[in-house]
Amino acid sequence: MEFTEAQLERYSRHIILSDVGGKGQKKLSQAKVLVIGAGGLGSPAALYLAAAGIGTLGLADGDVVDLSNLQRQILHTTDRIGVPKVESGRQTLAALNPDITIKTYQYHVSADNIMGLIADYDMVLDGSDNFSTRFMINDACFFARKTLISGSIFRFEGQLTTIKPHEGFPCYRCLYPEPPPAGLVPNCQEAGVLGVLAGTIGVLQAAEAIKEILKIGDTVADKLLIYDALEMKFRKVSRPKDPNCRLCGPHPTIKNLSGDYAVSCAI
Amino acid sequence: MIKVRIPTPLRPLTKNQGEVEATAGSIAEMIENLNAAHPGLKDRLCDDKGELRRFVNIYVNEEDIRFLKGKDTSLKDGDEVSIVPAIAGGN
Repeated sequence: MEFTEAQLERYSRHIILSDVGGKGQKKLSQAKVLVIGAGGLGSPAALYLAAAGIGTLGLADGDVVDLSNLQRQILHTTDRIGVPKVESGRQTLAALNPDITIKTYQYHVSADNIMGLIADYDMVLDGSDNFSTRFMINDACFFARKTLISGSIFRFEGQLTTIKPHEGFPCYRCLYPEPPPAGLVPNCQEAGVLGVLAGTIGVLQAAEAIKEILKIGDTVADKLLIYDALEMKFRKVSRPKDPNCRLCGPHPTIKNLSGDYAVSCAI
Repeated sequence: MIKVRIPTPLRPLTKNQGEVEATAGSIAEMIENLNAAHPGLKDRLCDDKGELRRFVNIYVNEEDIRFLKGKDTSLKDGDEVSIVPAIAGGN
């Protein structure tokens, strides 16, 4: 595939970077990235991935746009309240970059549908909003050998890591073996989140996705990045592989997605 | 003196302080001492059997204590401890 004059101009600030160049931009245009959740994290991530010229961008979300989303979910607009988020997202992304292919999946990702969904993609971005989905996405990406860029947010605090056990790095269960039981911590609606925090972490997810596609720079696959917006501090802690991991360890007990992922949305 | 970083979800127990100080020779001792100063903290970190919960990690100077000596991991003056629970928000 050759770039058109317009594409050369659109991506010129990438192409002049020696670590990207025409070859790198071509890699981006051939990449297929699935964003799960067209919400707080998915919005900024998808916007930058679309702008960067990611060739095929998938958006999966079963919700419709709600007024309370607009404080942070910048894919959506006031006149689209009630519209499915993936449709609203498709409109925004297509207007930003008509060159890319946008695929939409207007349903909630579940253990029953995720393997088929991720099969067509090189990489998955987790912008989901509950533990059961996060553990399920981790397990599915492990079985399908897909790189997973994980971001999460809570009030004023965010976490970021890249998960690629198929390249010898730890999985999400190496970091947190089990989700919290229901009721121990505040639920999603009670928690609240600083809107712009979703932007910070979602954009970092996009940055790590692009670096993974281009194979440049350092990975956060062996680290957990923690961002505290109030203190304006970024910290990295080590994230080793758990030799007893139930999923990616030498003696796994989780061998498929038939387990119980139905915990509450407790954070 | 050890500096302990308190994550957002636990700050209601520390009068919203993001960092508290503790004197302790091990993680187990630190948890007891923190709980004395901030009642309720231990319950959030440990289960009924006193084991660390599996969705809360404790790091000593960036190393996860699960891969050191768990609650028996020793602490020395100047160490920085971070409590980092799993968070799931994204929407």
